Amino acid sequence: MHSLLHRHRGWLWPTLFLAPGVILFWVVIVASSAESLRISFFQWDGLGDMSWVGVDNYIALFHDPQFYTSLKNNIIWLVLFMAAPPLGLAIALLVNQQLRGLRLVKTLFFMPLVMSQVAVGVVFTWFYDPANGLLALVFRAMNATAPALLSDPQWVTVAVVIAGLWPQVSFCMILFMAGLNNLDDSQIEAARVDGARGFRMLYHVVLPQLRQVNFIAIAITVIGALRSFDMVSVMTGGGPFGSSSVLAYQMYEESIQSYRFGYGAAIAAVLFVIMALFIAWYLYRMLRIERGTA
Amino acid sequence: MYPRQIGAGEPVKKALYLTAVTVVLLLWLLPLLAVLMTSIRPGSDIMMGNYWGWPSSFELVENYLGVFTQTPMGHYFFNSLVITIPSVLGVLCLSTLTGYVLSRYRFRGNILLFAVFVGGNFLPFQIMMIPVRNLTLALGIYNTYLALIVFHVAFQTGFATLFMRNFIAALPDELFEAARAEGASPLQTLIHVVVPLVRPALAALAILLFTFIWNDYFWAVVLSPSDSVKPVTAGLANLMGQYAASWDLVSAATIVISLPPVALFFFMQRHFVRGLTMGAVKG
Repeated sequence: MHSLLHRHRGWLWPTLFLAPGVILFWVVIVASSAESLRISFFQWDGLGDMSWVGVDNYIALFHDPQFYTSLKNNIIWLVLFMAAPPLGLAIALLVNQQLRGLRLVKTLFFMPLVMSQVAVGVVFTWFYDPANGLLALVFRAMNATAPALLSDPQWVTVAVVIAGLWPQVSFCMILFMAGLNNLDDSQIEAARVDGARGFRMLYHVVLPQLRQVNFIAIAITVIGALRSFDMVSVMTGGGPFGSSSVLAYQMYEESIQSYRFGYGAAIAAVLFVIMALFIAWYLYRMLRIERGTA
Repeated sequence: MYPRQIGAGEPVKKALYLTAVTVVLLLWLLPLLAVLMTSIRPGSDIMMGNYWGWPSSFELVENYLGVFTQTPMGHYFFNSLVITIPSVLGVLCLSTLTGYVLSRYRFRGNILLFAVFVGGNFLPFQIMMIPVRNLTLALGIYNTYLALIVFHVAFQTGFATLFMRNFIAALPDELFEAARAEGASPLQTLIHVVVPLVRPALAALAILLFTFIWNDYFWAVVLSPSDSVKPVTAGLANLMGQYAASWDLVSAATIVISLPPVALFFFMQRHFVRGLTMGAVKG
């Protein structure tokens, strides 16, 4: 036994080191994601036996108007969330000065990111409150009646996304601030000597250097939009009448509250496919960037 | 530097700039300031409809004490600590091990394993909900602290492995060669070379992980429906339903549950920002 141990010392320790992390991640994360796809082919109430129904869940899903509402809302999230990288860049540019007191200012700009999304949801629910919220106060100051944003099916998703943008812009701002700190000063100075200023400088000299940061900011923003759940749950519970639901929230409702686990798993599978499309695009872009710079 | 820095000889420009920044900052924090203001108002103001006028009295201490005495928030707070701290420690241990092996040992499948860790983190984690819930039911840990700890450790190990691998890969090769030349076993190398050197990375990682796990809401509602194990995020969502009229209490509770990550961030901002932007900038 001892000689066996000795002979395999080269790979024994590394294997032991890897095992706990790999096994846990595999069982809980990877296998679970795959298992979701399998469950989507069954009818199951979460307790009793599972019965194979083939693609019935998917057929039902594609005839479910709520599914299209959720999908549409996820797309609204994605599109509006794309404002986060440019807004984050704008604030990063605004505060990128070395003056006394600006450190604290930067810290305060980060606050929304550090708070939990539930807290952000509460903050904005209070802000939007049509009777007494701060927004209502602003409207009243202009002699107008405040809209009940969170109970208006037409505006509710936009209102929730704006709340979601708050921490997301902070996140992008942090990334861009780090990017701005790593700019190649000699290029900037050279461009300045050539007379480049303002937007032209930003567009032709600064942005090309921020390409990688920009890429990551967009990736994180897409993931954030597809993961949206907390705000919807806290601010509207998907309402009114499912009009602000997103795929993740509909999946949660169908499974946990309506005991339609197979159906919920089918929604998870759709979410997975959307994410897979994005990852494929991401890898494609990443490879292109690498080839471009090599 | 871009944009051009405001020099010491431009006092007017500097004053204008600082005013502009302050205005933007106030607008940015307006929703949060509204909650802060509400949290120090007496409940009677809320009943009377005096939301934004001068408070009839300042009830900072009463409201914040009320969060702990009139609501179960104190208990949720304790739960959050019991869930978050072991989870962070667990992730730090596992990711130091995986990061060390993936950065310093060449073997078939190394890149693939790494890609799985990174890719798993990309997923919208909600898609794992049903199987993870089943798994915790099968293990008999559903609706306990352990269910949340196990999930958080597993999920965050993906991101943390990326983090630790990149950090250990950037350490000087000579140290590892010297350890090998002296006949140190991988275990000895881990204890005497890796662990002392990764401390700054662990500090940055710990703050990030604490924030991520403390702020989790989705897994809290899925895996811990009962009040006895519920963390602050799910607790606050409950409170909002139960105390819908008591905006003073709900506001104070919102501030209370934000304090631990905000305080960590304030005191260790450099670590936080370095952790978050690592890889994003230098790649």
